[in-house]
Formats: sequence, C-alpha cells, structure tokens
Amino acid sequence: MMYGFAWDTSTPLAYAISILPILGIGLIVTLEATVCGFAIAMGVGLVFALLRRAKSRLITWPVGLIVEFLRDTPLLIQLFFLFYVLPQFGIVLPAFLTGALALGLQYSAYTSEVYRAGLEAIGRGQWEAATALNLTRAQTYRDVVIPQAIPRIVPALGNYLVSMLKDTPVLSVITVVDMLNLANLIGDRTFEYLVPLSLVGLIFLILTLGCSALIHVIERVLPKRGIALR
Amino acid sequence: MNPIIRFSNVTKRFGALTVLRDFDFEVKQGEKVTLIGPSGSGKSTVLRILMTLEPFQEGTLTLAGMPYHEPDGHGPFKAREKHLRQIRSHVGMVFQSFNLFPHMTVLRNVIEAPVRVLGLSRNEAECRAVDLLNMVGLADKKDHYPSQLSGGQQQRVAIARALAMRPRVLLFDEPTSALDPQLVGEVLGVIRSLAHEHDLTMLLVTHEMRFAREVSDRVCFFDKGQIVEQGEPERIFSSPEQPRTREFLASVLG
Repeated sequence: MMYGFAWDTSTPLAYAISILPILGIGLIVTLEATVCGFAIAMGVGLVFALLRRAKSRLITWPVGLIVEFLRDTPLLIQLFFLFYVLPQFGIVLPAFLTGALALGLQYSAYTSEVYRAGLEAIGRGQWEAATALNLTRAQTYRDVVIPQAIPRIVPALGNYLVSMLKDTPVLSVITVVDMLNLANLIGDRTFEYLVPLSLVGLIFLILTLGCSALIHVIERVLPKRGIALR
Repeated sequence: MNPIIRFSNVTKRFGALTVLRDFDFEVKQGEKVTLIGPSGSGKSTVLRILMTLEPFQEGTLTLAGMPYHEPDGHGPFKAREKHLRQIRSHVGMVFQSFNLFPHMTVLRNVIEAPVRVLGLSRNEAECRAVDLLNMVGLADKKDHYPSQLSGGQQQRVAIARALAMRPRVLLFDEPTSALDPQLVGEVLGVIRSLAHEHDLTMLLVTHEMRFAREVSDRVCFFDKGQIVEQGEPERIFSSPEQPRTREFLASVLG
C-alpha cells in the first residue's frame, strides 16, 4: 500500500497494473524535474554562450572556466555538493529544487556549447550587413543571428533533452521521490523487484522515443534558413 | 565646399602588414568615385574603414565634418559605440556577397533597419520599401526569400535595403564580382540610375572598367595602399601617366 494504492502480486501483469498509478506519481516528478532542469539549462546556457562571446577577457575567461568545471565534473558530485555542502553554509534548498538545479547547471554547460556553435555558424557577412544598417548588437542578435541559429541548435538541444530525461533517476540519491525511487520502495516492501524496475525502464523507453519523435517533427517543420521573429 | 569624406594621413595595419600608409583622400558631396587597382591594394579597406567595419590606427578621417576617432575614445575604434552609430547613420554599404538576411522576406530585409533604427512605423517603412523595390525592378518579389532569387536580384534587393536608410554616402564593394556574367548588367543598371542622384555620394570598388568609365566623376588607381593616379575617367583610361596604371589597365582591358 502506497499513496492509497494497494498492490496485487498474484500475477506479474496484475502486479504491474496495480503499481502503475504509484509509478505515475513518480513519473510526474520525473517530468517536472526534466522540464525545470531543461528550462534552467536553456536559459543559463544561453547566458554562458553570450558571455563567452563578450569582448573582454575579464568576462570570457572566468565564464569559460565555470563552463569547463560544470561540464567536466560528474553530475553526482555536483548533486551531492549542492545537497550536502550548501546547507553547511546556511543555504538549504528542497531536494527537488536542488536536483533540478544540478541537472540544469550541468546541462547548461552542454547547451552553451550548442548555442556557441550555432551562433558561430552565422557568418561575418551577416554581422557586417547588420552593422552597415546601423542595427545595435542586441538587435543583431535578436533579429538576425538567433533566428538563423535556431534551426541549427534545435536538433542538438533535443538530444540533450533526451539525455537529461534519462539522467533524472540520479535525483533519487538525494531523496527525490521519482519513478525509480518509488519502484525501489515498492520492491523493498514486496521483495519483487523485477516488475517495478522493468516497468520504469519501459516507461523511460516510451518517453525517450516520444521525445525523439517530437524533436524530429520540430526539426522538419523549422525552415532551414531560420525564423524571422515577429 | 568642404569635402564630405576626408582621409588625412590615415594609416591602417593588419598586424604587421600595413594596408594604408599616410593615406590622403577627399570626396566631395555628390561625387561618384571609382576605386580601381589590383586586389590587395587597399581599395576595399577604404570602404570598410568608412563603414566602421575596420578600425584604423593613425591619422584622421572625417565624414561630414565628424571625426571617426573621439579625443577620449577607447578600444580599437577609439570611439564609443554611440558615436560610431552616429557616423554609420550617414553611410550605407553594398557587399560583394549581398549579405541579405536569408530568414527574412525581401520586404522584411528592406524594412528591418528603417523600423528598428529609424523608428519608422511598419506601414511607412513598407511604403518606402515598395517604392525602392520598384526602382530596382523587384516589387513583385517582395514576399520571396533571398534563396529564391538570382544573385543579380539579391544584389538589387541589397541596394534597395541600403537606400532605405537614406545614406548620404553609399559604398559599393565589388558589387558584381560574385555574379554570373549574364547577371552583371542588371545590377550595373541600378547603380547607373543611382549615379544620376545629385546629392548621393558614391564610392565604388569594381573591376568593371567600362562601367567605371561611364558612371564616375573620378577614377582612382590604387596600388600598395596608395593612390598612384587619379583623375577624370576619360583621361585615366585613355592616357594614364603612371607606368603602374598603364600596366594595370593593359592587364585588365586586355
């Protein structure tokens, strides 16, 4: 019995069906963590990418260092650090928020590289034309560079979304009650791990396949030349 | 009358390479000047400096009396962005590779800067854009994307886009060099019609010698970062005085 749902271990199928609502509650947490984490990754990554293109080395070097650090240390260490070390300095965040933040920060390092590649692919001629038309730097990014970078960026971002989705079970080590955590708890009570763990694996497979298909559609719909905003 | 463009003792270096050395050059308002010469001689650099795409290190350059360098200016351009934008508001440029914005329609390309920079209403900007597209003969293509146009058509749109900002000085950097030979004529036709605009100052870098002879008030022959010889096109083309000019003309006119 968990969250008011009782399980029935008489047959594997009945077992699977009876614990599905419980895993569903974990699924919502998993999806929330992915959405929050990815939103952070997309936002922070863009900031990193733009800062790394700044003119002053006083900005580009420290930012580059931070990005390398986030990218080259394991997610688990970052997670433990945020969860166990920050409270020692009086910063106590809820487990879910810590998890989403850790995912978001690590992936912001990846997405910043995606943005950077996308932005660098826009040739000098476009910048020169914008300068000749007296557009400001901000207007050039907004109206000329970013709209053209989007179709180049989306496929790579999509890959990271799928990858992040698959990383969310790691959050169970800092007590976030996601799907994997619930499957483990059910197993602990019933001594039947095969069905709940298989079910979680299957749900992940369906999710990632769904995500990939969605990204594929978006990729096809986006015009290759870019999107003029407004 | 004061010249609209005045280079005095301008020196421009790319690292160890000096592209312009103690360069002096003046252009009167409304004058149509063609810069010719071998590649790497610094002609395009003159345009790129005027458009503030390249900084220069020494000397003074003024546009309509406004110096490019500010007395207390920092950075490679020795001027604040605000000051550079003020200079740019008088200058337009047409590039060898057109540089249209590929994700915008032809109309959007032409109205983008007037709306964003000049603050025109969309309606007003579109009216002006359609007039300009009519002038370059492409009003019927206004909803097309650049990739759907030929090179010649793209360059005509680029000219309309530059004119939409109402520049006092219009720079053409080898506007026909990237075009198939059969498309050169239509672009030159548009530039020729602009040459009748009395107030518009035009600087043209080109390898189209016959065209240069026909439209310019003055032809300047560049070599190794300096103007070797300049004068009325008739004289430069029919009786060049300098041996290097003669050599160059012989090689390009065949």
